[in-house]
Amino acid sequence: MVHPIHLDNLTLGYERHPAVHHLSLTLAPGSLVGVVGPNGSGKSTLLKALARLLQPMQGQVHGLTGQRIAYLPQHSEIDRGFPIRVADLVAMGLWHEVGALGGLTRGQRRRCEDALQTVGLGEFGHRTLDTLSGGQFQRALFARLLLQDADLVLLDEPFAAVDTRTTQDLLAILSQWHRAGKTVLVVLHDLPQVMTHCPEALLLARSAVAFGSTHDVLTPVNLQRARRMTEAWDESAPVCQDAMAFPESPAPVSHREVMP
Amino acid sequence: MNGTAMALPPSIWLHWLGLAPFAEFGFMQRALLGCLALSVSASPIGVFLMLRRMSLTGDAMAHGILPGAAVGYLLSGLSVGAMTLGGLMAGLVVAIGSGLVARSTVMREDTSLAAFYLISLAIGVLIVSWRGSNVDLLHVLFGTVLALNNDALWLMVGVASITLLGLAVLYRPLVLECLDPVFLRSVSCWSPVAHYGFLVLLVLNLVAGFHALGTLMAVGFLVLPAAAARFWVREITALLVLSSLFALLASVAGLLLSFHADLPTGPAIVLSLGALYLGSMFVGRQGLLCQRPSLQPHLKA
Repeated sequence: MVHPIHLDNLTLGYERHPAVHHLSLTLAPGSLVGVVGPNGSGKSTLLKALARLLQPMQGQVHGLTGQRIAYLPQHSEIDRGFPIRVADLVAMGLWHEVGALGGLTRGQRRRCEDALQTVGLGEFGHRTLDTLSGGQFQRALFARLLLQDADLVLLDEPFAAVDTRTTQDLLAILSQWHRAGKTVLVVLHDLPQVMTHCPEALLLARSAVAFGSTHDVLTPVNLQRARRMTEAWDESAPVCQDAMAFPESPAPVSHREVMP
Repeated sequence: MNGTAMALPPSIWLHWLGLAPFAEFGFMQRALLGCLALSVSASPIGVFLMLRRMSLTGDAMAHGILPGAAVGYLLSGLSVGAMTLGGLMAGLVVAIGSGLVARSTVMREDTSLAAFYLISLAIGVLIVSWRGSNVDLLHVLFGTVLALNNDALWLMVGVASITLLGLAVLYRPLVLECLDPVFLRSVSCWSPVAHYGFLVLLVLNLVAGFHALGTLMAVGFLVLPAAAARFWVREITALLVLSSLFALLASVAGLLLSFHADLPTGPAIVLSLGALYLGSMFVGRQGLLCQRPSLQPHLKA
């Protein structure tokens, strides 16, 4: 079930240093949002929090309960030398149906084959992971995402080190998810790609520089503002006073101010 | 001629194959049964140990069980129950304690584990030396596979049963925990169950192996068959089966070598496993010789 997702004064970070600072916005159900911003601007951290892999320092995310979430991290931690067939990796996407103990039915096996077919790996199911190229491996991960059939899809730089043809094929899958009414957040560095494929964009530089229609967000002025963000880790930064202004927060960890 | 050969009684066949000791001597049968239990139980655990890049962790934890076994020995002599319980507790303290230190301090897990196991090993040797003789110390360090009593055999068979059942339940989460831990954490709460469940199974198998091969070589049944099998197969289920078969094959070879050449049994079994590993490293399908491009003409693109 796809719901709107509300980020309410969300602050995320590490060791009291915020990577995302007091972010409040609403993601409409079925939106396809390109998340852009310089390195260290908090894009990956935001996706981790939405995937429920990181606890907020302050603020909350509303609307995740009851939604199935699929998350593809930036540098996949998958051990490519692991002795497993591509079909078995892809079948892991059916975890929500089979769990830890259930076996795959004939119908589910067929869906795995269909997913591999969709990403152009129809003949690769019996091969092991170590025989795949970088692009083929990314296609296999997209086949797994297809089977996850999630309401909220979070993709962190999914086209890094992938060739143009593979990128185009995978972008077509993104559009397919968008048409199917799923909410998709995708971190991208290629601004023309965001302009072409994402109706909405979030420009991050620790806090939101702009959020809304892509053409309104990716303006030269906004991009210039985002570029001014520094990656400094200021140990002597003062405690953020805004953190104290929300005592009702479920995790009111005092954190440091972000240096502009 | 064939008809005559077929008519020979089984005992002659066993003699001909050099397997007679297993038919004639009870202690060899018991040793074989113990090794069979370890083969089907410890070798699959070893496969996951290898895939999680924890082979040396297994070795360190095998040393870590010594003080517990030594305390058991101190209280009850060479009693299987007391030494097992002590070994189990010490192993779990080392496994969980080193993990906790690594998670809550700046210390990395490998260093933390090395610190814990060295302290454990030193305490264990001191305890055994304090009360026991050198023979007892050798018993604890190198095991007595030819003197397995009923209690030890029951323990090994029990551990094998628990391990197979545990692996059946944990198989899918464990594979995912090795392959893609972030994915497992994002779709379920099984990650800590798989991690700590696996550690418990590892300690259980080290304790079972310690009765046969002692604390110093118990990890041999875990690491060597899995490593040898990896040179032959590319898929995890085949790896699990083949590692068990390799362990059983090397156990039979090691027991016979020890019997016929009058060699210490534990080292003979571990050396047989080692020979299998070295042989596989050269002639396995993914070994050194078969990987040479000149031996495998490439296909058309």
